[in-house]
Amino acid sequence: MSSITANHNADNQPITGLKAQLRRAERMKKIKAMLLVAPLALFLIIAFVMPISSMLWRSIDNTEVSSVMPLTAAAILDWDGQGIPDEAVFEAFAQELRESRAGGGLGRIGRRLNYEDPTFRSLLTQTLRGLPLSTEVSWTEELIGINARWNETSTWLAIQRTAPTVTDRYLLAALDLERDIDGKVAQIAENQRLYVSVFQRTLVIAGGVTLICLFLGFPLAYLLATLPPSKSNLLLICVLLPFWTSLLVRTAAWIVLLQSGGLVNSGLMATGIIDSPIQLVFNRIGVFFAMVHVLLPFMILPLYSVMKGVPSSYQRAAVSLGAHPFAAFWQVYVPQTVSGIAAGTILVFIMALGYYITPALVGGPSDQMVSYYVAYYTNTTNNWGMAAALGALLLVVTLLLYMVYHKLVNQKQLVRS
Amino acid sequence: MGNNNYNTHPLEVECYFSPLLSIFINKSVSLTQEEKDMQTGTSNEPLVRFTGVQKTYDGESLVVKDLNLNIQKGEFVTLLGPSGSGKTTCLMMLAGFETPTSGDIFLGNQRLNTLPPHKRNIGMVFQNYALFPHMTVEENLFYPLKTRKMPKHEARQKVDKVLQTIQLESFAKRRPSQLSGGQQQRVALARALVFEPQLVLMDEPLGALDKQLREHMQLEIKHLHENLGLTVVFVTHDQSEALTMSDRVAVFNDGVIQQIDTPQALYEHPANSFVAQFIGENNTIMGKVDSIEDDFCRVSFGDGLGTRASRIQSLSTGSSTRLSIRPERIRLNGSSEGLPNRFKATLHEFIYLGDHLRLRCELAGNDQFYVKVPVSELCPSLSVGDAIDIGWRDEDVRALDAS
Repeated sequence: MSSITANHNADNQPITGLKAQLRRAERMKKIKAMLLVAPLALFLIIAFVMPISSMLWRSIDNTEVSSVMPLTAAAILDWDGQGIPDEAVFEAFAQELRESRAGGGLGRIGRRLNYEDPTFRSLLTQTLRGLPLSTEVSWTEELIGINARWNETSTWLAIQRTAPTVTDRYLLAALDLERDIDGKVAQIAENQRLYVSVFQRTLVIAGGVTLICLFLGFPLAYLLATLPPSKSNLLLICVLLPFWTSLLVRTAAWIVLLQSGGLVNSGLMATGIIDSPIQLVFNRIGVFFAMVHVLLPFMILPLYSVMKGVPSSYQRAAVSLGAHPFAAFWQVYVPQTVSGIAAGTILVFIMALGYYITPALVGGPSDQMVSYYVAYYTNTTNNWGMAAALGALLLVVTLLLYMVYHKLVNQKQLVRS
Repeated sequence: MGNNNYNTHPLEVECYFSPLLSIFINKSVSLTQEEKDMQTGTSNEPLVRFTGVQKTYDGESLVVKDLNLNIQKGEFVTLLGPSGSGKTTCLMMLAGFETPTSGDIFLGNQRLNTLPPHKRNIGMVFQNYALFPHMTVEENLFYPLKTRKMPKHEARQKVDKVLQTIQLESFAKRRPSQLSGGQQQRVALARALVFEPQLVLMDEPLGALDKQLREHMQLEIKHLHENLGLTVVFVTHDQSEALTMSDRVAVFNDGVIQQIDTPQALYEHPANSFVAQFIGENNTIMGKVDSIEDDFCRVSFGDGLGTRASRIQSLSTGSSTRLSIRPERIRLNGSSEGLPNRFKATLHEFIYLGDHLRLRCELAGNDQFYVKVPVSELCPSLSVGDAIDIGWRDEDVRALDAS
């Protein structure tokens, strides 16, 4: 019996030793691989993951009031929203308002409360000026004495809304929604609605640009894939030529070409096709022209790379089986380029969704896309919450589209493998 | 072609051949010799005719030079040659994917030059099968019937029959990428035959298979051809494949058919030194024609050596010649006694190949002279460096052109 056990051990010993050796050998490889990707991973975390997550956080961030006025925020959240809050809330508010003058807290809460009511900032400064030095007073009476609005429920409701540390108001506002007095989600007044139509416009422009790019890019990619290498290389350089110039210069060039006294209009007039200049720029036409021009290579390149891998023998086989060459192209060739079409359209569409400079330069006021408003809120009004909410929604749209793309490509790979 | 009736019961057929074959066979097993002759085209009218066909891609050099080739109905013709010899170009011109620069190609009575490929009704099996990857096996087989607008139920019957007989019914809904190479090959063949074309072209269809499967498929295709009376034009660069399968082999080089003949005639009686070297193993000795005696000639070579050789080309006295001898035709030592042509050679190397040995010898200064000996016939006392006697019959050595 013991000899059997000994045998077992003798058999197992080298195996575990082998496993340990294998692990050691693999560990060295793993460490090397991790060291190689470490700089990139670090860069991605600092330059990509952190900014994006902080941006996403800002779209629900509501800490202005609760950080500057922690006691007021805590007290007012217990208020039932009927009439006006009790003396304790008034006292905490008055004390913390006085303290907020130091360290710029007043500015922060002023800006935040102004989103609820654009006159709030002046109300706060006026109240601050009127606060008595003594602390042995009825704060309710004092504040109402300074401004009668402190006797209104809506004033305190506005403060109550800003008290929680997170809010959905930016995200709702980015969809033209708000919380009404009862806290229910409702559409804002019709004349104030904006962002839903901006999102629609963004999708329409991005979709249109993608379709035009596909329509123009597919035949060119096919030509590139079927030409002999020497010619196709030359053509490929021509496709990539626009990348040698800055985006701004190319967009400006379109303005020069398309403006009413520009090359295109004067050419059309000289040939007698039109009598007076037509508006080609600072409207939707100009946006399409410039964006298609910029994004076309991003359609052609993925299409080309997929088409390069489709042997011509498939089409020949279809023709030899009796299909008209055109039918062979549609039934046999095009289905095999689906992954290229998916990659090209998704790439162009996602890039077009985020376009900012080109529509801003060659588009009119009604051609501005979501990114324009993101830029507007970050650069002009400093409303990071709105900018972040619009950005987050755009990100959601992009991610949804990417999932669709992923599914399509995965199906395709199943076919190919 | 009316000789395929898919409704006959498959069990009437000699199934020991292969599953693939039994699809298409039906009454052919019961054909009389006369009927077979009709099928295999001993009638005078060739099915395919190339007359004076030339092809150039760049307008400077001819890829195919003045090609004249007749292919009878029911014949299995292989176009064999090194790459760039023009064989694939010929096939592509026949299929319609290349147009002849000059000359005519006929299929039956129809001139093909201006007929677009999709109207030619020629089945083709491609090098890498070219099964459509986005369609299932079944959809692939339906494709040629759909393009011909065949009624659905009729097409269904044909496809089911084909699937059953290539034994891939359970694979009908699979994609080609989920099949093995041999299965893909069968589907490709079935797809080229399901619409019953009058001619089948095969462009190196077995190149991607491993050796064993390739040899199996060679026989399968050969049997298929025999039993269906198919007319097949087969392109390959593998000479053993060509010899195994074909009724006739056309050896291409430099855009010209060097010789077109039965496999046996090609091997035994090559018309020139290219064919002799391209097909099978071959020893060559450069020599000079001393005299001509009917079909034979006397050739001197090396340092005062001479042999009688069968003569093919229009060799004249005094011209230089290349002698060609197959390694297996050379007799060694004792067995060479009594042969008219005997020489002393030096043994340099034994090369063991299992069923036979190859001996590398030196004869008349040529140390790449090979002799093929069955293992059982080798004298065990031989060793490297020995002087050995070798000999051959007059008719086993051929005096060819010197080029």
